[in-house]
Amino acid sequence: MGLVSRGAAEAGRGAASAVDRPGPPDAVPNPTPTPPAEGADPGSSRSPGMVLKAFFPTCCASADSGLLVGRWVPEQSSAVVLAVVHFPFIPIQVKELLAQVQQASQVGVTVLGTWCHRRQEPEESLGHFLEGLGAIFSHRPWFQLCRERGSKSWSCKATHWQGPASPAASGEDQVMLIFYDQRKVLLSQLHPPTALPDRQAGDTTASAGGLAAVFDTVARSEALFQSDRFDEGPVRLSHWQSEGMEASILVELAKWAAGPVCLFLACLLSLISAASACRVFKLWPLSFIWSKLSTCEQLRHRLEQLTLIFSTRKAESPAQLMRKDLIGQLADALIPVADRVAEELQHLLQWLMGAPAGLKMNRALDQVLGRFFLYHIHLWISYIHLMSPFIERILWHVGLSACLGLTVALSILSDIIALLTFHIYCFYVYGARLYCLKIHGLSSLWRLFRGKKWNVLRQRVDSCSYDLDQLFIGTLLFTILVFLLPTTALYYLVFTLLRLLVVAVQGLIHLLVDLINSLPLYSLGLRLCRPYRLAAGVKFRVLEHETGRPLRLLMQINPLPYSRVVHTYRLPTCGCHPKHSWGSLCRKLFFGELIYPWRQRGNKQD
Amino acid sequence: MEDEQSFSDICGGRLALQRRFYSPSCLEFCLSCPRITLRSLTAVTCTVWLAAYGLFTLCENTMILSAAIFITLLGLLGYLHFVKIDHETLLIIDSLGIQMTSSYASGKESTTFIEMGQVNDVVINEAIYMKVIYYLCILLKDPVEPHGISQVVPLFQSAKPRLDCLIEVYRSCQDILAHQKATSTSP
Repeated sequence: MGLVSRGAAEAGRGAASAVDRPGPPDAVPNPTPTPPAEGADPGSSRSPGMVLKAFFPTCCASADSGLLVGRWVPEQSSAVVLAVVHFPFIPIQVKELLAQVQQASQVGVTVLGTWCHRRQEPEESLGHFLEGLGAIFSHRPWFQLCRERGSKSWSCKATHWQGPASPAASGEDQVMLIFYDQRKVLLSQLHPPTALPDRQAGDTTASAGGLAAVFDTVARSEALFQSDRFDEGPVRLSHWQSEGMEASILVELAKWAAGPVCLFLACLLSLISAASACRVFKLWPLSFIWSKLSTCEQLRHRLEQLTLIFSTRKAESPAQLMRKDLIGQLADALIPVADRVAEELQHLLQWLMGAPAGLKMNRALDQVLGRFFLYHIHLWISYIHLMSPFIERILWHVGLSACLGLTVALSILSDIIALLTFHIYCFYVYGARLYCLKIHGLSSLWRLFRGKKWNVLRQRVDSCSYDLDQLFIGTLLFTILVFLLPTTALYYLVFTLLRLLVVAVQGLIHLLVDLINSLPLYSLGLRLCRPYRLAAGVKFRVLEHETGRPLRLLMQINPLPYSRVVHTYRLPTCGCHPKHSWGSLCRKLFFGELIYPWRQRGNKQD
Repeated sequence: MEDEQSFSDICGGRLALQRRFYSPSCLEFCLSCPRITLRSLTAVTCTVWLAAYGLFTLCENTMILSAAIFITLLGLLGYLHFVKIDHETLLIIDSLGIQMTSSYASGKESTTFIEMGQVNDVVINEAIYMKVIYYLCILLKDPVEPHGISQVVPLFQSAKPRLDCLIEVYRSCQDILAHQKATSTSP
């Protein structure tokens, strides 16, 4: 297939160059004005009956007659029309402009054909004139689109010149018109379902997928859209900017000004909050004026809120009291809650010191451990009561930082929980250490029982011959440890469960904070307000069709579903997944090793 | 030109297949599913309200009744908007691709478009699901291996037509695909 096409292309090129074309000397159909292997690419084979696709922008459907300018993609046999050049024009200037655009944008923009928008069908002379244009701008296939003004009937022809010797033998292919909204396609970004791993960026000749080529072409041809038909340049173009260039200038200006304005506003706010304590604004003329203007009222309302946050005076009115009293209520609620928790813990310890769940514990060890923990709780309660006058103030200052967002408030909550349950953490550590010691002792003595020893140098178990008194003492200790094991194990179990409960609560809060941190609000907002910017694909709609006329389709952008938006644009979170698998967690719990469930920023502790 | 035929789905409900022939290279099939019947709607509403009334006689709380009304309304709206598909459309355009559209009863449309470069073939597959059923599916090309299949995309999943309807659609699709393969430019 490749050999045949190349031979035909060589013949075509040879025949075309043999014909002396009227007009400027640079109309020779060698691809010198065009970039290599772009416009008249001989690699495409043309078989009769093939359907060519022409992507036509909807904004040019009402433009006056002229030349079609765009890019021809031979692999998909489709032509992407980017703009219409209006009469009158000088061919050399058109070619210069196209060369400039090609250099700036690396897109092979050429003249694709003619566009005719008349009151009735074009006359014979016009038809010859349009075909003469085909001789000046050599491009194969040459498109001729025509539309009657005010009607929906379109006609298009695509001709391939075989040479002037047999003009009747020039093949005509069927053309399918696909309308697209140029501005939306320009701004949109395609999200393919599977991204190829070896895509090359900046590849002009080959693109993966026909539609991606269309989007790519339009997006990279910004240089072509600089000048317009209302400009005074040598060439008058019509494209999407012809519809509303003025509005887009304002939007551009607003975008450029947004950065400095935001910075300015932030400084201003800090200044205002510092100056709000000034009493100058309470003098009579100013206050009367300000009470009449509604914007000033609103500003005053906002300023009042800010002053309330930054003041430390006592509340005057009930409304203000409500706001300040919340902190007071929270602080007042904390002490009884802490007391309640301590009381529950004491009940729990009393239960353990008795006969918990019907198990018989070793009385002496039980009493020792129980009293030790009870004393610890007593210390903790005294500490909380000592701190209680200061808690409200501390909480209130800490609550200020909640202005920075919900995530900060949640993190503060998590830290408060950690601080309040500090004694549970301490109990867990004591219980775990005791249990760990016991287990290690038991395993070592068990080895002694069997006549083996742990070789630290070789990191393995070796046989060893013990003396009689070593064996005797070892056996005694082993028995003691074994009989004390249930008591220690029970304390360890209870406090580990409590600790795991607190860890689970804190973990949930951290998960929520991570979720809020990683939510891509900008992308979600973009998907809500400008859905064409994030495209999952396209959808086609068949427009009114008459037999004998070419098929017309409307290409619209299919926006990305919300789940894929979140999945694709998820922000990287600072939280990492837990380091333990379930198996290693169970192993650590069994041997009494301490577990640290959080990320440790910086040094890793395990 | 348009053409309408009546078929039945695998459960025995009535389906209507509308075929629109725009040009030799563009074909559209529209399969409309059986509508929601008054009988099923009444049955569901009565069940929910009877259950709510039973709970009300137990608890003596009128919130249950209002909650039942809200649940019924919201459930019906959610069902029409997210679950109940009114008709499914298949649009084949030679040298562009295949587009599947599902239109829900509330008017929402969800569209998927597959480019012709990714389509390997359109086939009828058999599946064993309590009995043997047939379904039409598109085989997608594997980008790594030229003759491999990377994915199978089933069509008409809500309408679930029987084999006779599938054969009609299959024949027309194969005509267009054969034409497309004959005139394709990619090696």
